[in-house]
Amino acid sequence: MPTFVYMTRCDGCGHCVDICPSDIMHIDTTTRRAYNIEPNMCWECYSCVKACPHNAIDVRGYADFAPLGHSVRVIRDEEKGVIAWRIKSRNGKKDMSLLAPITTKPWGTAIPQLSDESAPSKEMRDSQLLFNEPKYVRMDDGELHTLESNGLEIKVGVYY
Amino acid sequence: MFSNNPFAELSAVISPSIIQGYIVLMFIMVVGGTILDMLHKKSAKYFFENAEKAKKNAKRTLSGGEKVSLAVATVANEVITSAEFACTRRRLSHLLTMYGFISIVVATAVLVFNYPNDTAAGIWPVVWHIGAIMLCLGGYWFWFFIRVDVSSEGVKWYNFNGRGDIFIVSLITMATFALLWSGTLASGGILNMIFLVLFIACSTILFSTVFWSKFAHMFFKPAAAYQKKLVKADGSYENLPELGELSDPDLQAKFPDIPEYMGENPPNMGAGIKREAPSHY
Repeated sequence: MPTFVYMTRCDGCGHCVDICPSDIMHIDTTTRRAYNIEPNMCWECYSCVKACPHNAIDVRGYADFAPLGHSVRVIRDEEKGVIAWRIKSRNGKKDMSLLAPITTKPWGTAIPQLSDESAPSKEMRDSQLLFNEPKYVRMDDGELHTLESNGLEIKVGVYY
Repeated sequence: MFSNNPFAELSAVISPSIIQGYIVLMFIMVVGGTILDMLHKKSAKYFFENAEKAKKNAKRTLSGGEKVSLAVATVANEVITSAEFACTRRRLSHLLTMYGFISIVVATAVLVFNYPNDTAAGIWPVVWHIGAIMLCLGGYWFWFFIRVDVSSEGVKWYNFNGRGDIFIVSLITMATFALLWSGTLASGGILNMIFLVLFIACSTILFSTVFWSKFAHMFFKPAAAYQKKLVKADGSYENLPELGELSDPDLQAKFPDIPEYMGENPPNMGAGIKREAPSHY
């Protein structure tokens, strides 16, 4: 299930309220702490989890995402410029971690210029792929795409 | 006004033993309210169960000395300087109200028990008055400027939210009426008596509603902050991932993306999301 807040960790700073794309993270007027006002509407995007400076937000993942009570937790450390995930099974026997650079682009720099593109052909319309799907996510034309193979570089400074 | 012990003048009207009995009663109410609160919310049970769980997941056992140093660090950061608050305004307001409250409570106890009939009671009347002023400053700042801001609750100043506001409202009204009562002692009269009655009423509400209000946070929060440091030190870290030192060769061997895209010695990337205060829009 969706996000929930450890009340003893939260200080009511409001970063999760700001970043939630569904506007369902609110500050409780009684306890002055954040809470998820409508868990049904949470799509587990983890934005609030990553934005929380106190790691006070956790997710009860749906069974397809976190089967048998797995714990999936994340820290997005912007000063170090990395994101770390840890997936742990309920009995603790599987304990996997991932660490990778943050690749989020600066705000407003990744707006597709759709008006410059030509209209989709019949073949494109019949394709399984989305119109003008960015080439970086295409897996059907060769090797795995990387930043390097696409001539991209990590920009110093992390933006959200 | 500031150097006069207001309780010495009060003892001319009310017997010192009654005033002392009232203070003891309020102390018992705070202790009782906190215990009832813990029993009702099962917060202590949750806290110790969580601590047990963390112990089971611990990667190493902490020595007694390490635990003491973590406790000292908790007192130095979270307790004394309210370092847990990411928002500077909230932190300053909290520091003013916290030290104001401690000053007024300690000074009241000293004045009532040590100097019940002594008008000049050394530094303590000054501490009592400064404490009340700090409480007013921090409290009204919070009530009229921080609480109404959308970055907090965005509640209008005239809206009272019941349980959530009992603590702060009784706190600032107690400090306000304490100052007004002390300020009108010299002139006396009915106004002074009204301020005294309101001061006692607000104090009684503050200390007798611990079960419902958030008064007990001053006991719970340091315990939670200590536990937070403990789980980080013993490696259990509540299932959170470890970031490690990015320039560490072992880490770079395990996660080759780090040296490939960030170099052997990744630079500090700056404050990130924390560079902007949340505005909620």
